Amino acid sequence: MKYLDEFRDGAIAQRLAREIRQTATRTWAIMEVCGGQTHSIVRHGLDQLLDGAVEMIHGPGCPVCVTPLELIDKALAIASHPGIIFCSFGDMLRVPGSQIDLFRVKAEGGDVRVVYSPLDALQIARQNPDREVVFFGIGFETTAPANAMAVHQAKMQRIPNFSMLVSHVLVPPAIEAIMSSPTCRVQAFLAAGHVCSVMGYWQYYPLAARYKVPIVITGFEPLDLLEGIRRTVKLLEAGTPQVENAYERAVTFEGNQAAQKLLAEVFEVSDRSWRGIGEIPRSGWKLSAAYRDFDAEQRFSVADIRANGSPICRSGEVLQGNLKPNECAGFGKQCTPRHPLGATMVSTEGACAAYYNYGRFVAVDSIR
Amino acid sequence: MSTILRPDFSKWSCPLPLRDYPSIVLGHGGGGQLSSELIEHIFVPAFRNTALEVMADSSVLPRPGGRLAFSTDSYVVQPLFFPGGSIGDLAVNGTVNDLAMSGARPLYLSAGFILEEGFPLSQLAAIVDRMGAAARAAEVQIVTGDTKVVEKGHGDGCYINTAGVGVIEDYIHIDPTRAQAGDVVILSGTIGDHGMAIMSVREGLEFETVIESDSAALHTMVASLLEFAPHIHVLRDPTRGGLGSTLNEIAGKSRVGIVIDERRLPVAPDVQSACELLGMDPIYVPNEGKLVAIVDPSVAEDVLARMRQHEHGHKAAMIGTVTASNPGMLAAKTAMGGTRMIPLQIGEQIPRIC
Repeated sequence: MKYLDEFRDGAIAQRLAREIRQTATRTWAIMEVCGGQTHSIVRHGLDQLLDGAVEMIHGPGCPVCVTPLELIDKALAIASHPGIIFCSFGDMLRVPGSQIDLFRVKAEGGDVRVVYSPLDALQIARQNPDREVVFFGIGFETTAPANAMAVHQAKMQRIPNFSMLVSHVLVPPAIEAIMSSPTCRVQAFLAAGHVCSVMGYWQYYPLAARYKVPIVITGFEPLDLLEGIRRTVKLLEAGTPQVENAYERAVTFEGNQAAQKLLAEVFEVSDRSWRGIGEIPRSGWKLSAAYRDFDAEQRFSVADIRANGSPICRSGEVLQGNLKPNECAGFGKQCTPRHPLGATMVSTEGACAAYYNYGRFVAVDSIR
Repeated sequence: MSTILRPDFSKWSCPLPLRDYPSIVLGHGGGGQLSSELIEHIFVPAFRNTALEVMADSSVLPRPGGRLAFSTDSYVVQPLFFPGGSIGDLAVNGTVNDLAMSGARPLYLSAGFILEEGFPLSQLAAIVDRMGAAARAAEVQIVTGDTKVVEKGHGDGCYINTAGVGVIEDYIHIDPTRAQAGDVVILSGTIGDHGMAIMSVREGLEFETVIESDSAALHTMVASLLEFAPHIHVLRDPTRGGLGSTLNEIAGKSRVGIVIDERRLPVAPDVQSACELLGMDPIYVPNEGKLVAIVDPSVAEDVLARMRQHEHGHKAAMIGTVTASNPGMLAAKTAMGGTRMIPLQIGEQIPRIC
């Protein structure tokens, strides 16, 4: 496959991994921020190639995982309203709220639909003018432009029966929150390539300078990840906490200006609660005043719903890299992918689920 | 996809007022004239065989030698017609394959239809026609059947259940508990074709190429393998849950570990692309015309060669081995040189957000 196979070459991967192992004089703790990168690392077994040189700490970059319980309860309340068509990306359906999940709402007669783009939800709203259509707009800066476009079009095209339940979160404030934690072990970051393709990477310079950490913008394919890690380790060894772009084929310094302009119009920065971490100031987006009519939280009066997480779950510490998933007392016992207690066990990209599904296996006999 | 056939109304014995129904009405399931005419003009012509034409409450069949294999499966696929097949082909091939995976030679099928009021007769005729064709190709007879009609809104057009019986020679012992350490895992071709074909039409996803289902009957392939290697340990067709689920089940039932080499897994480029786009893993995507054989290493090369000679096995490959270590687990060596676990999925695979 063009543009994929080139970045999945096993021989080059081995070479990069060898170079990383040779360069590292100690084990460096590097956090990949994005859940997509976590998925790719475990999916391709990259962490095993780097054993001893790098400890990968899986960060809070899975949008499904960090969506607060409260917001999921709000989504469930809205989706349970008779007559509403509730649209979501597929992996949000399994995320448990305080009591149930969207699958259960669907089974009990709720009209819950999986869509691949918020624009599909908008299309459903056009086709069903007599019904309210709500899209669950979650994600980092990566999914934000498409969500912004859906709301923008709904306003321009006067589609009053469309609204969005927004839970957008931002990467730089999360990095800042992690670095300012007194127990922080992270020595460098792989910044999420797709986020940077939208936002550019100028925002990372002040962070690298303030916390003296290298930040390397990194892609998602195995070779992209290994190259990002290789450059990070070189910066760590040299003691130069700089920002570097290792994903040049997709990311520019300024990012996607047209997308940023739309984002600035549709959204405004707000405080956000992160599941497992708690409130981080100015770490998310909500709909701006001009688009507030499309805010599902207001439209369906669910703003007052409150929720508390499980007392056993320590996903917050896992998300911050202070705890390995299997060090949590609930891991694999009360908390499994089938009965997840916390955010990180929910999505396949979540650090605990990835660890449960893929990480338990140590060595494999050589095969014919 | 074949053209949609229309039922042959020209030979209806009692043309009025039944001709006026271009679609299924509740009466078609009522056991009266409407039911009879559905059987006479749609089912019997498509499935024609002497046992069926007796039209008794049960079909009476000669007793075959050997042991019997007996299997049933229900088909609720949407859409009913898709690139590379239809619910009709699936209903025949699926049950034929279930029988074949225990080493049986499939003989007879039953066909039960649950039809929704308002379902077009032309579509029913097309489905039944495809079933008839699939049964003839597989050399099995559909010898008994049933039709029920549910009210509009209580079904999805057409559901089909087929059950089948086949006969197994006495010296053949194939079941999922018989994988042994050292055995070789052989896959008969590319994975993920059926699931992605269905997904692309169901979700209205437009890819550059049309992905076709691999729906096919595999009993002739099985017969050819058994002729040469009657001591095959395990045969399974990786349908729902894909290859990943099937191998996990075998590892669990045989209390062995299975290690596959991802570089050897055949995946068609268009299927791989579609999976990448949707964030899905082809190893969990359903197949309807593939089998996995687990065999002693001494016969592995020859089994592979035979498989490749079969029309549905050109892309067969040895994909892994059975180990004594890590019982109940499936692992893969990745193309990057790492390893990963392939666990059983909790439910259906869902497309990921990013």
